[in-house]
Amino acid sequence: MSDDLRELYQEVILDHGKHPRNFHACEDATNEARGNNPLCGDQLVIYLKMGEDGKVADASFVGKGCAISMASASMMTDLLKGRTAEEAQAMFDAFHKMCTGEEEDVDLGEEAEKLRVLSGVREFPTRVKCATLPWHTMVAALEGQDEISTE
Amino acid sequence: MADTAMHSPAAYDVETVRGDFPILSRTMHGKPLAFLDSAASAQKPRAVIDTVRDVYEREYANVHRGLYEISEAVTDRYEGTRETIRDFIGAASTKEIVFTRNATESVNLVAHSFGRNFLEEGDEVVITELEHHANIVPWQMLRDEKGIVLKVAPITDDGELIMSAFEDLLGPRTKLVAVAHMSNVMGTILPVEDIIRRAHAVGAKVLIDGCQSVTHIPIDVQALGCDFFVFSGHKLYGPSGIGLLYGREELLDAMPPFMGGGDMISSVTFEKSTWARLPHKFEAGTPAIAQAIGLGAAIDYVNGLGLAAIGQHEADMLNYATQQLSSFDGLRIIGTAPNKASVVSFVLDYAHPHDIATIIDRAGVAVRAGHHCAQPLMDRMDVPATVRASIGLYTNKADIDALVGALGDVQEFFG
Repeated sequence: MSDDLRELYQEVILDHGKHPRNFHACEDATNEARGNNPLCGDQLVIYLKMGEDGKVADASFVGKGCAISMASASMMTDLLKGRTAEEAQAMFDAFHKMCTGEEEDVDLGEEAEKLRVLSGVREFPTRVKCATLPWHTMVAALEGQDEISTE
Repeated sequence: MADTAMHSPAAYDVETVRGDFPILSRTMHGKPLAFLDSAASAQKPRAVIDTVRDVYEREYANVHRGLYEISEAVTDRYEGTRETIRDFIGAASTKEIVFTRNATESVNLVAHSFGRNFLEEGDEVVITELEHHANIVPWQMLRDEKGIVLKVAPITDDGELIMSAFEDLLGPRTKLVAVAHMSNVMGTILPVEDIIRRAHAVGAKVLIDGCQSVTHIPIDVQALGCDFFVFSGHKLYGPSGIGLLYGREELLDAMPPFMGGGDMISSVTFEKSTWARLPHKFEAGTPAIAQAIGLGAAIDYVNGLGLAAIGQHEADMLNYATQQLSSFDGLRIIGTAPNKASVVSFVLDYAHPHDIATIIDRAGVAVRAGHHCAQPLMDRMDVPATVRASIGLYTNKADIDALVGALGDVQEFFG
């Protein structure tokens, strides 16, 4: 089996894919958006609960998708808690650069360093959107949009 | 027509056939290419590639216009293809053979020209749960514009049309029944003879989406009695960008043009234009000339092998694939109708179709993973997506063995 496949499907990803964290709806979410990838049919909903201090008090998701999108959403929702909207946006920007290969050694920040396990998608152009769909959806939720679609 | 004696059914030699397809000798990720995605778009035999090249190298000009030798020659070849197609689907006249870009455009042509002009508010169009988006969305657009009613005939868990439920949907307001001949996701072959008979009994017209069936099943539109039949060239081993609409002459005659422009007129003044005769009334603008001629070469190639022999070979491969996949751990086949052809869709209970497709791609195996432009069917079968392996006239056991072997890699990761 090829090395780039082993790089893509690391244990951590398989584990998050099989047992996603924060995988539930949130009834008192302040921000919520639905993300669709019309090409492959992946759909998910991101729920954010913004605290009065302007930080994410809780983040969760539901949806159907591949191991990559599930793992990405799982890790993202873990990392969002305690961050401001600006910090979340900055984390998205860094993650996006890593996935598309735009920046070779992008600085993810200490806590978000664990996202580097998803960098294997760079070798799989058709799968980059699987990794970034939850993030685009999260940004849409922060911006007050109900729905986004990646083409 | 090509010499059929060289390829009698008993002598169908898939390895010789594979030699006709240059792309099959390439590798993917360093592995022999196992191309199992012909239902999305089929590969092209050398005869088609050479024909298209020959048109451009030796005989290209616009058609129906030039008063010089090569324009007349290419017009003859282009119009000759119409006769090849007429013969291939058993139409009565080349006036009934309309070139389009693809089957999607053909359905849209019928929705716009026939639908907008002959259907009224409250009239009904009946489709089925297993349709491709191309045979759903144009009717929804017509519904939103004209206030027609769109009715959907249900299928069983095996993927078969429930005939009694279909018949219950038919009534005095049914003006059109538009159904796939064969499901692009499950391979189910629909009983179109029966469907056409019942639809005609209530005075409805029938459109058959033949995209998937035309490559496996001999078609005779007159024997079927359908009013419209559509297919795409690229699934029939021809070039992309060329498709077909068959319509019964009296219907096409009564229908107004779909698009206006050059080539579809008889005369034009600023006050009034009159339309060209069939089939040119529906072919505005410069057509896909080389692609149409290439489609003719593809049909000659298929006729040379014989659709009966092709169908038998593909049935053998489908049986082999079904057998090999059925025994694979955690695998469930979606679409288990007794009457099916050339397509096997499946899910694994421990891996998502996209992950499966990515992993087996690295083993040289090309399949489709996703909703296959049939999202309502995915909902009906209660799966988010499937992996679809589809079989063409060049598929061999090694392709299927490569698929099953590569699924072992998936199992290693996810199982």
